[in-house]
Amino acid sequence: MMKISLQNNMVVMLIFSAVVLTAPLWLAPIGANYPDLLQKFAIFGIFAIGFNILFGLTGYLSFGHAAFLGIGSYTAVWSFKLFTMNVLPAVILGTIMAGVFALAIGYISLRRSGIYFSILTLAFAQMSYSLAYSVLTPITNGETGLQLTMDDARVIDSLFGVEAEAGLPSTNLFGQVMSGYSGFYFCAVLLIIGFYVSLKIFRSPFGMKLTAIKSNQTRMKYTGFNTRPYLLSAFVISGMYAGLAGALMSITDPLAGAERMQWTASGEVVLMTILGGVGTLIGPLLGVGIIKYFENIFSAMNPSALQEIFSFLPEWLGNIVVAVTKHFVGDGWHLTLGAMFMLVVIFLPGGVMEGITRLFAFIKKKLGLNRFDVDSEDHVSEGGENK
Amino acid sequence: MSYILDIEGVNKTFGGLHALTDIQLKIEKGTTHAIIGPNGAGKSTLLNCCIGRLIPDSGTVTFNGHNMIGMQPHDINHAGMVRVFQTPEIFPELTLLQNVIIPALAKRDGTFKFNPFRSLAKETELQDQAMAALADVGLEKYHDQHAGSISRGDKRRLELAMGLIQQPSLLLLDEPTAGMARHDTNKTIDLLKKIKERGMTKVIIEHDMHVVFSLADKISVLAQGCIIATGTPDEIRNSAKVKEAYLGESEDE
Repeated sequence: MMKISLQNNMVVMLIFSAVVLTAPLWLAPIGANYPDLLQKFAIFGIFAIGFNILFGLTGYLSFGHAAFLGIGSYTAVWSFKLFTMNVLPAVILGTIMAGVFALAIGYISLRRSGIYFSILTLAFAQMSYSLAYSVLTPITNGETGLQLTMDDARVIDSLFGVEAEAGLPSTNLFGQVMSGYSGFYFCAVLLIIGFYVSLKIFRSPFGMKLTAIKSNQTRMKYTGFNTRPYLLSAFVISGMYAGLAGALMSITDPLAGAERMQWTASGEVVLMTILGGVGTLIGPLLGVGIIKYFENIFSAMNPSALQEIFSFLPEWLGNIVVAVTKHFVGDGWHLTLGAMFMLVVIFLPGGVMEGITRLFAFIKKKLGLNRFDVDSEDHVSEGGENK
Repeated sequence: MSYILDIEGVNKTFGGLHALTDIQLKIEKGTTHAIIGPNGAGKSTLLNCCIGRLIPDSGTVTFNGHNMIGMQPHDINHAGMVRVFQTPEIFPELTLLQNVIIPALAKRDGTFKFNPFRSLAKETELQDQAMAALADVGLEKYHDQHAGSISRGDKRRLELAMGLIQQPSLLLLDEPTAGMARHDTNKTIDLLKKIKERGMTKVIIEHDMHVVFSLADKISVLAQGCIIATGTPDEIRNSAKVKEAYLGESEDE
């Protein structure tokens, strides 16, 4: 008989798909169900899942994954310009192109480990950023960003006689326009596929070997493994995830700018992964949800909104509170993010997932249960359990 | 006589220090060969030269007819020479079972295999094999504990299981019983005797004379980077040269 357990991939995928696809419903009460934000959740979710395959499994911290995000974006926009407004070629080409670049950058960067690896990836990403801004302007359109124009070739579209509309055409999936909720659902389906691939990797011998490399790379060599190709595979896979995320950004908004490759974008995915829980399957997604949601809430606030929130306080006290908190909202929301990040790293080094695991353990103890079938701790170390 | 390992004229210096001087050592197939010597005699350096961790300044290391000098550690492993380390080299974040599955995977998959869509849970054969290897060293009941959490003696035995599961033709053991309690040491001796019956060749570096004399077919004595004597346990026991260099002093330890 099949056991209903999180060890079973089918069960995990059913729950995950249900949660993702119904997101517009259950995010409504907290006001996070509008398409733009939902798309961001899904896109950055893909980015973070991929990043976690490298950082979470092998422990190699890349500070240059934004480069692949940017490459995916540019490739997607070029696919719209040259071939067709259909999103499928854009997604596929964006992912492959990022993979090619990841192979080259990874091949060089993986000659070093630890901080030197991080610095090498950072250097490559900053180089890509600078190139996109300056030398490569014919390809990237420099500062303005690459965008669609009326006289783009779109050879495949014109081949099939797609009528040119007035104004710029919009991205579509065989006619279905990719904006609003349909854009979200397209991203969501790819997120589900991406999560499934990540789940398979985490629970494969390949994934366990990556974890073992993180644990003791020297031992792996003397155990008979050539560790470099393993690391390179993980690097390329995670680069392809980043490329996919970048392509999706261009699909929901067909414009690619160099700032997508800046180191702050690389840093953001590091924050998301650590905040949620490095090396866990779900953690990076929680990190994405938390950061993108709060970014959205806090950056939209202004002093007058704060005044309203604190109106229950006596006026003099309310003024003081507003005077302090106004620095943490709007453009200053990064202060809030920084404080949040510090609290998590200090008190929950394993990220939000560690908090959840502790909570489950606490509840288990309170209820006096010996065994919970639903084990929230979906740590990488579960790979070898014989179920 | 067929030699599985043939070390010829190996020299290694660190700065001005002669760690190994003109080492000549031949290991016969199917035997247990002990290398003894005082601390700093160069025993671990010699093993490191065999498995590719160090490259000797001169000389050859021939294993099964192939020169091992300059080969990558992972290739040496696949050639059939496996080392068990002195300070436990394990995967502390992984469970004991996973620690043993990893070397079994190396044996099966080779130096690199890209199989991200294979399910680990369906590798029942490997898991059974790993459980058996853990049972061999008496650790099967801790199989789902993290390897970092077990005692030092248990870690040594885990390492032994990791080496044994690869069924190497030559197993290099670096002080397999160091840090073990007496009854654990005896258990390890019994286990190593059992392996010998399977025909596995072993090189053991050891301080504990009880272990050496109960296991070894041949003993080489290393002192200050030179092999001063090689012979059967009886020959070594009665050699005046060895007594002077090593055995006499070790009584005080």
